[in-house]
Amino acid sequence: MRPDDVAFLTGLVAEKSGLALSADKVALMESRLMPVARRRGLKGPRELVAAIRGRPSDALIRDVTEAMTVDDTAFFRDTAPFALFRDVVLPQLLERRAATRAFRIWCAAAATGQEPYSLAMILKEAADSLTGWRHEIVATDVSAGMLAKARAGVYSQFEVQRGLPVQMLMTYFTKRDALWEIDPALRAMVRFREFDLRHGLRPLGRFDVVFCRNVLIYFDDETKGRVLNEIRSLMPDDGVLFLGQSETVHGISDGFTPLPDQRGVFRPADGPAPGSPASS
Amino acid sequence: MTSCLVVDPSKVARTVACRFLQALQIETTEAADGGEALAVCEATMPDSVLLDWTPPATDGMAFLTALRRLPGGDRPRVLMCSSRTDPDHIRQAMEAGADEYIMKPFDSEVIRSKFAQVGLL
Ligand SMILES: C[S@@+](CC[C@H](N)C(=O)[O-])C[C@H]1O[C@@H](n2cnc3c(N)ncnc32)[C@H](O)[C@@H]1O
Repeated sequence: MRPDDVAFLTGLVAEKSGLALSADKVALMESRLMPVARRRGLKGPRELVAAIRGRPSDALIRDVTEAMTVDDTAFFRDTAPFALFRDVVLPQLLERRAATRAFRIWCAAAATGQEPYSLAMILKEAADSLTGWRHEIVATDVSAGMLAKARAGVYSQFEVQRGLPVQMLMTYFTKRDALWEIDPALRAMVRFREFDLRHGLRPLGRFDVVFCRNVLIYFDDETKGRVLNEIRSLMPDDGVLFLGQSETVHGISDGFTPLPDQRGVFRPADGPAPGSPASS
Repeated sequence: MTSCLVVDPSKVARTVACRFLQALQIETTEAADGGEALAVCEATMPDSVLLDWTPPATDGMAFLTALRRLPGGDRPRVLMCSSRTDPDHIRQAMEAGADEYIMKPFDSEVIRSKFAQVGLL
């Protein structure tokens, strides 16, 4: 692709997904766009870009955006949801689960592990208030390749500089050659498992908090609705659901209602309103 | 508009960094070494400094110490950057008063993330 093709594509993806792709990863972009081009009988990425420029269709733009962002993830992605988890959701769990001293968190599309490990770091930093508590982070993904990387917990210099404050890098990672390996104690806090969201969620058990971020976009509305309803059914009434920043349940599932003043965070529609006394 | 002083002996490195920053709507000024950078700060204190500290040049560290002693010199967020990526080096930078640390080479996404990290985006 020529530089202006790349600029056009990064602009398009930024506009559609809010994701800032680096223009320096041209080879990676091309490899992801090749199958999209082929499916449409086009020779390659350049022809694909020409097609979007010539006659932009929503379907084509969506395919291209999705292809370019399939496995994108980052530590503490979008910042705000993780701050909410640390400052509101976790303290609430400590209060509401004081009797059982146990809670479970599920990352439903964990990709290469940055999301569950971000949660593990938050729990680790809150260790003082968690003594005597049992907690589990279950991280699943449909892709065995992604999970293998997640389990290894080894990240490139670029990956550890996206979303991760340098203080946390120093505290929780060890440098091995050019790569950074996560503290085995954090790795032990996360249980990884291969799992396809489209195949019924029952076997996973119950979860107080579910992160199902930036994955529903790959499903049609019916599947989205079914997955959301199943998530609702494995959650207590005071559970919390985190979707991606630009994702919504609106028109797809009436099992959840958005938290006020938060993007992409939901609670069961028939559950207690936030701020109301803890349900037992 | 947020401002950033880019300090790096390499003209090419400064140009690349400035391009990334301008794309984030950050206004840039440049300095080739610590002395020049200090003069800029004495004239107008920037909101942030992207400061190269790659040996053998020791200049970056001396500048950071001097900056923090200037009136108002505690205000700018200092993002140290270096091709040294060993934890000891990073710790030293943080102890000297840097707010963040960027390992070279970096891409535009790393710059965006780090500037967000220190609260400038
Ligand atoms: C864009 S990543 C999202 C990663 C992370 N949740 C985040 O927001 O940063 C999407 C992930 O969804 C996974 N995925 C796609 N279809 C899936 C399915 N049917 N079941 C489970 N995971 C799926 C992909 O393998 C990929 O790792």
